[in-house]
Amino acid sequence: MMQNLPWLFLLLPLLAAALDWVLFSKCSKTAATLSILSAAATLALCVAYLAGLNTGAPDVYTWMPVAEERLSLHLGLLTDPLAMRMMLVVTGIGLLVHIFSLGYMKGDTSNLSRYFAGLSIFMFSMSCIVLADNLAMTFIGWEMVGFSSYLLIGHWYHKASAADAAKKAFITNRVGDFGFLIGILLTLGVFGSMNFADMAGKAAGIPAALLTATVLCLFCGAVGKSAQFPLHVWLPDAMEGPTPVSALIHAATMVAAGVYMLVRLQIAMGHAAFTDTACAVIASVGAITAALAALIATQQDDIKRVLAYSTLSQLGYMVMAVGLLAGEAAMFHLYTHAWFKALLFLGAGAVIVCCHHEQNIWKMGGLAKRMPLTVLCFLMGTCALIAIPGFSGFFSKEAILDAALEHCPVFFWVGAGVAALTTFYMTRLCLVAFCGSARAHGAEQAHEAGASMLLPLLILAVMAIISGYGFIADALVPYAGFEAHGFAVGLPFYVSLGSLGLGLVAALLVYGCGKRSSDPLAGNALSAALRERLYIDEFYDKVLIGGVQAIIAHIIEFIDAAIIRGLCVQGSAWLTSRFGLLLSKLQGGSLRAYTFLSGLGLLVLIILLAFNF
Amino acid sequence: MLIWLILIPVIAAACIGLLRTPGRATALLSAGLTLVLGLCAVLSPTDCGHDCLSSFCGMPLQLSLALPLSRIMLLLTVLVTFAAVLGLKAPDKDAARSWAISALLLSAGATGAFLSDNIIAFYGFHELALIPTFVMIGCYGRGNRRTIAWTATLYLGLASMVLLAGLLILCSEMHAWSFSTLAAAVQAGIEPGSPALIGGLLLLGFGTLVSLFPFHTWAAPAYASAPTPIAMLHAGVLKKFGLYGLFTIAGIFGDKCGALFGCWNNLLLLLLLGNVLWVGYVTVCQTRLDDMLGNSSVMHMGYLFLAFAAFIAGQGHNELALQGAALLMLAHGLSIALLFLLTGQIEAQTRTLELDSMGGLAQKLPYLGFMFGLAGLASVGLPLLANFAGEFTIFVSAFADWVPGSCLTTCDCILSRPFSALSQMLGGLGPVQLTLVFALWGLVISAIYMLRAFRHIFEADVAHASARADKLSLADMVAAAFLALFIVLFGILPPTCL
Repeated sequence: MMQNLPWLFLLLPLLAAALDWVLFSKCSKTAATLSILSAAATLALCVAYLAGLNTGAPDVYTWMPVAEERLSLHLGLLTDPLAMRMMLVVTGIGLLVHIFSLGYMKGDTSNLSRYFAGLSIFMFSMSCIVLADNLAMTFIGWEMVGFSSYLLIGHWYHKASAADAAKKAFITNRVGDFGFLIGILLTLGVFGSMNFADMAGKAAGIPAALLTATVLCLFCGAVGKSAQFPLHVWLPDAMEGPTPVSALIHAATMVAAGVYMLVRLQIAMGHAAFTDTACAVIASVGAITAALAALIATQQDDIKRVLAYSTLSQLGYMVMAVGLLAGEAAMFHLYTHAWFKALLFLGAGAVIVCCHHEQNIWKMGGLAKRMPLTVLCFLMGTCALIAIPGFSGFFSKEAILDAALEHCPVFFWVGAGVAALTTFYMTRLCLVAFCGSARAHGAEQAHEAGASMLLPLLILAVMAIISGYGFIADALVPYAGFEAHGFAVGLPFYVSLGSLGLGLVAALLVYGCGKRSSDPLAGNALSAALRERLYIDEFYDKVLIGGVQAIIAHIIEFIDAAIIRGLCVQGSAWLTSRFGLLLSKLQGGSLRAYTFLSGLGLLVLIILLAFNF
Repeated sequence: MLIWLILIPVIAAACIGLLRTPGRATALLSAGLTLVLGLCAVLSPTDCGHDCLSSFCGMPLQLSLALPLSRIMLLLTVLVTFAAVLGLKAPDKDAARSWAISALLLSAGATGAFLSDNIIAFYGFHELALIPTFVMIGCYGRGNRRTIAWTATLYLGLASMVLLAGLLILCSEMHAWSFSTLAAAVQAGIEPGSPALIGGLLLLGFGTLVSLFPFHTWAAPAYASAPTPIAMLHAGVLKKFGLYGLFTIAGIFGDKCGALFGCWNNLLLLLLLGNVLWVGYVTVCQTRLDDMLGNSSVMHMGYLFLAFAAFIAGQGHNELALQGAALLMLAHGLSIALLFLLTGQIEAQTRTLELDSMGGLAQKLPYLGFMFGLAGLASVGLPLLANFAGEFTIFVSAFADWVPGSCLTTCDCILSRPFSALSQMLGGLGPVQLTLVFALWGLVISAIYMLRAFRHIFEADVAHASARADKLSLADMVAAAFLALFIVLFGILPPTCL
């Protein structure tokens, strides 16, 4: 009985979601309480496990029994450090976001039940990914987080932009899942099982091309879910959802699921399965995403979009680390990033609410005076993100840069460049939004956020500062046997200090102390391209979806309607009926025609007989 | 006891027709009774013996649940029939009577086909069930109903002829006229004289009934045009007859099924890609909800044919394929029935089915939006809903026999050369696996059209057509909830057919 406690991670949120949706759809307070309670209970359970509660392996439930054991679909849970510490990130940030939502969604009581049901479904699905002991179960969670993301991005579905963004997120993820599913099936063939525990050591003797194909197909799933180039387009649009959702799903946890999955596979399959080609592709995709997203972030005006592109860029770091076979560094950065990026998003959420739902940073300004505590928390998050020595982000970024320098210096220099850009756009954001004087009515009336919003911010701010230090990281980073290395003062340290300084100075020079009312860098072709997201979205919309796919679909539709249904089916029906008409002419009831025809027949018969045919 | 599952709806139909009892109420009573009886039969541990109705045209009419798919199909039939009758909403009283009669006869015919042991009765029941379909489309259909009804009649009539020829040759060569004697004959080692011919005829006949590409063009217009209960019952239940027949006969032949169907397998793989990808893109182009759903139903048949191909390629040992197909038939039947039910309700509310002229309906009728979202996401294959269980099982089954380096070509016959060339290029995948890889793109396609439909109908601003939406009736809500409940239930606890 006791060993089955981890199943509560899945059952409690699922139950809460079902109750919220079915029973309490009209009483939003109960629904919210229920969801918060389930999040709190799972967090407590998780803490108990990390504190040493060990109940043995949970039972495995056979979902679809088949005679051949390896093909049966099982649902089983892992309780290793990788899974349980990841659960702490998920449930911890999850609970804080639940609480924050109470304040943030105050004005939207009519749909609050649906909102909290969505959050609970998300908690269920994310736990399913994290705890899964086989790829089939991972896939179930994978699809379900996609669904909850769809639900929550489209929470305000009466807004066309939100509805479109939700649809875009789901379909883009499906494209990634197409590859992921092929990868899962190939894994089943290549490794003989979908179970993580049975994969170890099976990679030997498999042709490298097949391994590469398998790993890259699995990677497709991560490209979709973790929004890597070229499937990154959905994440910035996903900011149409409520801000707490962006913090939980689109910054801290779900988008990191791709990284988690890859690291899990690296451990299960062994590094041998990750061939050089596969690693090169993974690391390059990560590096490209990091660089592109950081560039685009420098010219975004919407506070949430800046953070969204920053998330993309940081995810790129993590994926790059996975490609460099530095899973430890990737998980370290995932862990610190989860805290400080959730902080930044919730901080942004508080700012947005207090400015009467204004998201444009150029219409803010001077907020440091009006809501000092929120801004202070936001600054803590910023310091962690731009990796100021001593803050959590610094340690994890250093770990990735170390790994990059060791394996492939090109990625190291890309990483350093991205770090400079990160500092630049975050400094720009802070200067414009918080310094100077208010540039719009909303910002003039801004005031400090309420307690339910401030409390999560303060907790997260503490985590953003301390989570990178050995005493806490060693116990909490989701990686078995993780040890924080005291950083060495070497090339990576100097380079990251250099890029930090470069970004800071550049931003200060360009944006001063927030006195400007518009972006001095705007107005040229480069800025326009960056504002238009390098035309990637437009390319997809106009060329791939509106062009290639629409043309193919319409050609197929035309052939189907005109040739198969028209020419072949209707045509043969027409021919048949014409032929029938023709035959019916032969028996029109005219006696003379009948006599003539029978005479003709007789004649033919006589001739045939006479000439002995 | 099983005979009552057929007799009750027939008697009820006769009551409505001859005694002029109220259409919907009588039908509801009958459907309720068959639902209870059917659930009892499905859950009973025995196969209910060989229920015998003396004889029908000289043939013993035996009904049983002994065949592996019978239970699942019976379950599907009683569930969909109940929902269809509950949600029945005809324009007037006379129409209500004829709709109810047709729905009952359709369900009686389908039940008979799925339970019959006698092969000719199996065929005959299906033919009987087709008649109300044609009549209802011809009399009460939307759009160009006469042409659509005639096309479907001719198409399915021809398919049935081909099928009958195949069945007759099979039965006479095996000297067995029922599934049980056929199984005994196979056990005894009797082999048909012309297996490939029989296999081809069966595949063509059954395939056309299930709208196998390129014999699919009758289906979408017929479903789009048919009155709601008929569309629900035909697309949801009766169409599965072809697959039921294929799997049953292949299952009886067991490891010898390759002789019948093996040489057609590669061709079948190519054609099913036509269902998934070709019809998938046709679906994307549709601008009316009913056309879209009709085509989507054709598209999803591709995955069921994939399960059949995997079953054949595995020489009848691939039980996962059978399991997956059974689940997906059940799930698809429930979800497409729910979608057609909701389409009827949407049309009743907005008086249009043009996707472009709708919008914002979820603000007016959140319940309808919830149900449509659930049914749509089920058909897209979201986990925890029934279709996912079926689809995922089929996907795994396609890879069940594959180990790296072994390209399992089932038979050196049609199309084996291009397949093996392609397979060598792509890392040694066999034809079934290769087809699956392409067919998986269908998951993206179905997400595209289904979410687009949801977006157009339910989200964004309230359109003019949606503005007049009124309240849903209790029966509408219950009928939808009934199907939705089972979609969720079977998604979480998939029933096994083995």
